Amino acid sequence: MINTENLSKRFGQVQVLEDINFTVENSGVIAVLGPNGSGKTTILKIILGMVIPQSGSVDFGNASILGQWKYRRQIGYLPQIARFPDNLKVRELINMIKDIRGEPANEDHLINLFGLNKFLQKRLGNLSGGTRQKVNIVLTFMFDTPLLILDEPTAGLDPVSLIHLKELIEKEKKKGKTILITTHIMSLVEEIADEIIFLLEGKIYFQGTVKQLEKMTGQNDLEHAIAKVLREDD
Amino acid sequence: MIKILRYSFYDLARSRWSYIYFLFYLLLGFVLLFLNSNLSKAIITLMNIIIVLTPMIGTIFGVMYFYSSREFTELLLAQPIKRGTIFLGQYLGIATSLSLSLLAGLGIPFLIYGVWQSSEIWNFGMLLVAGTFLTFIFVALSINISLKNENKIKGFGYAILLWLFLAVIYDGIFMISLVVFDDYPLDQFTLLASMLNPIDLSRILILLKLDISALLGYTGAVFSKFFGTGMGTVISFTVLVIWTFIPAWSMLKIAGKKDF
Repeated sequence: MINTENLSKRFGQVQVLEDINFTVENSGVIAVLGPNGSGKTTILKIILGMVIPQSGSVDFGNASILGQWKYRRQIGYLPQIARFPDNLKVRELINMIKDIRGEPANEDHLINLFGLNKFLQKRLGNLSGGTRQKVNIVLTFMFDTPLLILDEPTAGLDPVSLIHLKELIEKEKKKGKTILITTHIMSLVEEIADEIIFLLEGKIYFQGTVKQLEKMTGQNDLEHAIAKVLREDD
Repeated sequence: MIKILRYSFYDLARSRWSYIYFLFYLLLGFVLLFLNSNLSKAIITLMNIIIVLTPMIGTIFGVMYFYSSREFTELLLAQPIKRGTIFLGQYLGIATSLSLSLLAGLGIPFLIYGVWQSSEIWNFGMLLVAGTFLTFIFVALSINISLKNENKIKGFGYAILLWLFLAVIYDGIFMISLVVFDDYPLDQFTLLASMLNPIDLSRILILLKLDISALLGYTGAVFSKFFGTGMGTVISFTVLVIWTFIPAWSMLKIAGKKDF
């Protein structure tokens, strides 16, 4: 589904990504992990066409994405920081995105699920961070897209919403979708990820299953496995 | 693109500043007509205000809107829309909304005064055309600057400097060079210099239409001598069209390469 070759990106003097090669073939949940500033968000934004790589190629379903836009119909994106126009109301924002995408959307059950009904007529600028994140989730999941890109979806969520989110991800996975997710919550990764891509200083350090990483590092849970990798790196 | 244009347009139309801008022109129109009680004089006064004010408002609104709608832009960038469409739509949304404030704000008092029945209608029309051109040009220029500068304060500063340069400093430098190089033939230099500044160009376009030789000034006189009134109008109009397209094109170029 996604294939990158020799992907490199530099922001000014900082080499964020260096020669990234990876392929995502199957459906399932792929967790992109790595310490802060390792280039997780940059990879996701390159797949979305928001960041333009210095060199290398990205293919989505056998066609290059560079300069393209139609392929984004097949992607739902949840940005890391839920930033919306402050003066819009939640309902207006949802309707606007629906209007712009012009695709059938299924937002009602998501609004109910996250208890957003009472916020629909509130301005986005007045919402709390967690509520805004819930709006973010609704906007991402309301379209039926084969690929979901979730950048830190758990940020600011309360435990109940976190459970709802996990169920939502499981449900989408069962439908045969591919879900790319970044997070710092290792228990979440252990719970839902089929595969992990571990980034370190702009390079792919490891790609495989959680079990494989644990075996490689000789640890018996993911948190310690990753901590070990990071400590060895220092 | 129409959808993006519509959202940007309504977003701006809902903001207080669009109304203030509109009311300012409305008031200006009524006051000028009341004080002058002469259409032709009111139009000349208005020209001097418009060729300085529309670029300034275009610049300020362009920069302000661009920075404050960054969230909206980022949201759109992840949607299945072409990048060019997003930026062109937003640009046209701002420029159209500002132009409508100008057209309606001045149009209403002048229509009430009876400009439609007077011989001044074409002069008044030319004034509005020039103001609209300047709005579009300077909104595009200011978006170029904001795209190039992540830092709001810097972007704002550069945009204001650009306006100040083209509206005030440019003429000063031009005048000084006329005095300094008095002994040389300066006709072609003058033509070139005025074409490189959209504000000068708009002034010439209006003055050629008004056909008041006393007000033409040096640049206008050279223009009318060189091309004649009719040809001069056509040429200054054409160059203004080019002036509108170049910053819009460069805005799309920069936006296409930018990381968000």
